[in-house]
Amino acid sequence: MSTAISWTTGVSPARTPAVQEIARVLSQVPDPEIPALSIIDLGIVREVHGDRVIITPTYSGCPATLYIEQSIRGALNDAGLAHVRIETTLSPPWTSDWISDEGREKLRAYGIAPPPKGAANASLRNDTHAQCPRCGSMNTAEISRFGSTPCKALWRCNACAEPFDRFKCH
Amino acid sequence: MAALAPLSTYALRLGDDALILGQRLSEWCGHAPTIEVDLSLANLALDLIGQATHFLGVAGDADKLAFHRDALDFSNCLLVEQPNGDFAQTMARQFLFSTFQELHLHALASSKDERFAAIAAKAVKEVAYHRQLSSDWVVRLGDGTEESRARMTAGLDWMWRFVDELFQMDELEAKLAKGGAGVDKSELRAEWDRRVDAVLAEATLARPASRRPVLGGRRGHHTEHLGPLLSQMQFLQRAYPGAVW
Repeated sequence: MSTAISWTTGVSPARTPAVQEIARVLSQVPDPEIPALSIIDLGIVREVHGDRVIITPTYSGCPATLYIEQSIRGALNDAGLAHVRIETTLSPPWTSDWISDEGREKLRAYGIAPPPKGAANASLRNDTHAQCPRCGSMNTAEISRFGSTPCKALWRCNACAEPFDRFKCH
Repeated sequence: MAALAPLSTYALRLGDDALILGQRLSEWCGHAPTIEVDLSLANLALDLIGQATHFLGVAGDADKLAFHRDALDFSNCLLVEQPNGDFAQTMARQFLFSTFQELHLHALASSKDERFAAIAAKAVKEVAYHRQLSSDWVVRLGDGTEESRARMTAGLDWMWRFVDELFQMDELEAKLAKGGAGVDKSELRAEWDRRVDAVLAEATLARPASRRPVLGGRRGHHTEHLGPLLSQMQFLQRAYPGAVW
């Protein structure tokens, strides 16, 4: 019986109730900067292995890293899982490709254009036009590659004239 | 400061480069020409300070290293401590450094030391954005108005004498490079020249004339600009040692 679940390798679907319970708790922890998404949707949680949770930061300087760790700690403790340890790894480096399909839909609904998939090895391919999350138009333009958080760029829709955030391909 | 192991010294140099440039860039926060530029520079600073935290963490206690060392113990290259000047001078510095840093980190991502490899593989993706942003501004200002062109020319001219130090190797780094943990930075120069020349050509700017290089940052011999930067960055921890949020 498997005791691990990995979002990086996509293998070992969790079978033990303990691991499944940890994954369930984590799926309830929101990202502090984009609370519509959980840390699992965003690909921040890489693995649950026995009683270890392995997470990775999106960007080296992501100011939410500590807050996220504390949120996970709190959620685990509240669920009676105080014995579960949290570990941070930098490798392999986080990529926006790890955002789940469900996460992409949540981003769109939240008003943030999701990043195209398969962008991991072409991190600067942000020149493909983003779809306006409000009116659906592809007639959009980048205002600035750097936005309100490290993971977002600032765009504008030429059709509905609204500015919007786009999650960067990274 | 007590002598460090070679890998720690190397991590310190990488961390100090990122930390000091991150601190410099953060001086723009609230002062940049437009809100978009302000956000961009703050994002660059944040990336760099994050990278610094990781590298300094390899060398020791990152916070202590950042806030409790004096100028003589800092080993950053001189380029990153140069004053912001005007926006063109800041972009000139960023362009020269980010082009170098991207090459350096790309090579370091293959380090035999998995800590360096992991930090570098992550950071290089961020630095690619820095290089692109600053390259765009070199072109926009260089191939812009008479005024913007004059400013970019002056900015590059100010920063150029600190370029050679980026590629300088000493015995310690040569040993690490040979062992597979470090990078032979002298081998990065040709590609750096090629990339920088391509952007300068697009900006219709001439490469600044070669100047006598200014060296010494890796040995703690800094320009007069580092001290004031540190006094601001370290004030809180110096006045209230150990203070936490």
